[in-house]
Amino acid sequence: MAFTGLFLIFFLLIHGYVNANVLFENGEENFNRAANFMSTNALIRIMEIGLFAGFIIHIIQGYALERMNRAARSNKYAVSGVSKTSTWYSRSMAILGTLILLFLVIHLADFWVPSRFGGLEEVTYGSVETHNLYAKMKEVFSKEWAVIVYVVGCFSLAWHLLHGFQSAFQTLGWKHKNYAGIIEGIGVGFSVIVPLIFALMPIFMYFGWELPIGNITLLF
Amino acid sequence: MQHYNMNLTLKVWRQKDKNAAGGFETYQVKDISSEMSFLEMFDVLNERLIVEGKEPIAFDHDCREGICGMCSMVIDGRPHGPWEANTTCQLHMRAYKDGDTIVVEPWRANAFPVVKDLVVDRGSFDRIIQAGGFVSVNTGNAVDGNAIPIEKDNADAAFAAAACIGCGACVAACKNSSAMLFVSAKVSHLALLPQGEPERRQRVVNMIAQMDKEGFGSCTNTYSCEAECPKEISVTNIARLNREYLQASLK
Ligand code: HEM
Ligand code: SF4
Ligand code: FES
Repeated sequence: MAFTGLFLIFFLLIHGYVNANVLFENGEENFNRAANFMSTNALIRIMEIGLFAGFIIHIIQGYALERMNRAARSNKYAVSGVSKTSTWYSRSMAILGTLILLFLVIHLADFWVPSRFGGLEEVTYGSVETHNLYAKMKEVFSKEWAVIVYVVGCFSLAWHLLHGFQSAFQTLGWKHKNYAGIIEGIGVGFSVIVPLIFALMPIFMYFGWELPIGNITLLF
Repeated sequence: MQHYNMNLTLKVWRQKDKNAAGGFETYQVKDISSEMSFLEMFDVLNERLIVEGKEPIAFDHDCREGICGMCSMVIDGRPHGPWEANTTCQLHMRAYKDGDTIVVEPWRANAFPVVKDLVVDRGSFDRIIQAGGFVSVNTGNAVDGNAIPIEKDNADAAFAAAACIGCGACVAACKNSSAMLFVSAKVSHLALLPQGEPERRQRVVNMIAQMDKEGFGSCTNTYSCEAECPKEISVTNIARLNREYLQASLK
């Protein structure tokens, strides 16, 4: 759970970094070039298999854990005080995870499927010919409901991580009184900032906004 | 604090034996002193029930001074009641006011089956201790202990962990009925001291194996246990337990 969780967090970082290109001026070319790098680099392609495995293991383990833990108390309390002693999102990891999973299915159908199995137009930048994923994003995020689904997905992710980030360190025993506060701080920062950056993408695309800083190219 | 008397409505879980269905009974108690403990309030009620020829409410208790861990009951959804870092015997009726309704239930976890009314069987904790929560050889008396130099930080952390009284409030509080806080306290207490060092690895592996066998849930780090623990055992101990277990499994 913790290993796969941290691996997925690492993936989010890369994914967010690449996609943040679309927030800036000249985002179309920069993003398409970065996406082209990601889809042609052998190492990244191998990691993609690991990523699918990571998701599947995390999801299966997550549901198995939830099932076992529910089964550990057959007779429930008539009055429960658990809300006074823990956060709602720490108790709702499986529900938040399910929302993320639903989002993930929609998300893969929107972008991964057409990018892998055809259905995208091509663009050429100099000598590079690549899929125009940017145009696909524009198309998807021209619909209000898609923007709403993506933003809800990001909220679910934020709360999942708000508990999950520090939880993973606790599970692996990486906790020391001198560093626990730092890990928690980084966790909260990550859980807010990364989903926020993701949420901004459909919003920017929908309204046609871009940050007027053209020289920033988030490439490899 | 001003002394006062109160009348209360109690909804108490009654269950004849392990296999009976059980259900809530409502009782009115009158003229309860704000200076009584919660258990003394039950004593008053039980004396009346005996006089009326009814079966008194069975509940566990022993020391009545907050050190034995017997007085298990969930009061309005909170193990040991509303006060922090407290046992039921040390919960005083000044926590309540005239006219209050209080719901009292046993610890609920499959690993702690109800024996009768509010009494549960915490034998699963005993079996976890039997699986490794000890030092196999005689390590001498207090004098011998004092002769061994131990780093202050470790001595303090071991002492804090050793404060666990095995009450089971952590399990009762946990949404997963996980026993990790209890096990982590016992493992930490011994792992941090030189006397516990030689058996460090097999201890943690065996205790965790027994914990899993008893049907406790798995920890998802919600930290309700720490919030309800009468001895304020820290979840840092759970991180240590995870570390000890990972290290022991890798070797
Ligand atoms: C990008 C996606 C995801 C990331 C980055 C992520 C991250 C994490 C992390 C770091 C943890 C804590 C692990 C631990 O404490 O040991 C965790 C726990 C968990 N995740 Fe995810 N997760 C993601 C998606 C999902 C999905 C799709 C599900 C679907 C069921 C899910 C279900 C769970 C469950 C049930 C837990 C355990 C609850 C707990 O430890 O409190 N996660 N996740
Ligand atoms: S860790 Fe705290 S709540 Fe759990 S058994 Fe020990 S004293 Fe009781
Ligand atoms: S009766 Fe001993 S701790 Fe309450």
